[in-house]
Amino acid sequence: MKKVKVYVTLRESVLDPQGSAVMGALHSMEYNEVKDVRIGKFLELQIEEGTSDIDTVVKEMCEKLLTNTVIEDYRFEVEEAVSK
Amino acid sequence: MKFAVIVFPGSNCDIDMYHAIKDELGEEVEYVWHDEKDLSGFDGILLPGGFSYGDYLRCGAMAKQSNIMSEVVKAAEAGKPVLGICNGFQVLTEAGLLPGALLRNKNLKFMCRTVALKVVNNETQFTAGYEKDEVIQIPIAHGEGNYYCDEETLASLKENNQIVFKYASENPNGSIEDIAGIVNVKGNVLGMMPHPERAVHELIGGSNGLALFKSIVKQWRETHVSNA
Repeated sequence: MKKVKVYVTLRESVLDPQGSAVMGALHSMEYNEVKDVRIGKFLELQIEEGTSDIDTVVKEMCEKLLTNTVIEDYRFEVEEAVSK
Repeated sequence: MKFAVIVFPGSNCDIDMYHAIKDELGEEVEYVWHDEKDLSGFDGILLPGGFSYGDYLRCGAMAKQSNIMSEVVKAAEAGKPVLGICNGFQVLTEAGLLPGALLRNKNLKFMCRTVALKVVNNETQFTAGYEKDEVIQIPIAHGEGNYYCDEETLASLKENNQIVFKYASENPNGSIEDIAGIVNVKGNVLGMMPHPERAVHELIGGSNGLALFKSIVKQWRETHVSNA
């Protein structure tokens, strides 16, 4: 079993109003060193190892459903799942 | 003319759409559940507003994977009119039938009010019943209607005259170039955030939306009922 962590963020070119609002709040708390905030999503998948290449399969899932590449970027990490 | 109103779990403007077609337009209409696999008996496809699949993951992301969507794609390819309103617009962009995407409203609020729209393109089968640059009053109700596309896409939208509706006075969601609705290159798929189906009778606050539906029917009759 593999654990796959998928990180999704809005593309650089896309305005992130939530991120801007959070940055405004951080500034009002006097954390003026904060220069940008981008809010994204984190997905964790447990995937059984099969015959197909896991990187290829996860990339497919990301492009077909998990992300919208018109507005979002993604990256993922594959780890050994720790059995409970 | 026979319309299909596609119903996803979480659709909530399907009944308004149904009544607009049946009672105000006087055409045939049926609900079609998202699990169905056939739209061959219909002349026009309507994707209503709402929150399909609870807007989980992204608006319209899960809806595009449902059985009926491959039929909607087929209908669009066959040149049938396909109209997506609000969540329906989001589904059409997710499915790749229209370019771009709908982002969270710039002010992060759900906006629910009547807005002024300008018909910037009245040469489509959806807008032939309006004057060019006519300003109409249509309700909006959305939290994620901020139309976005990259510059290259925007240039091609302009070049192909695909921008159909723009917000005329205030832009309620921060959409690029005040875009409220676009068509595909072929002109038979329209996506728009405002709700024309909620503006079909004076009793509900206005009837500026009715001309859109009438335009579809008029065009369809002209092409399909030649011996009338």
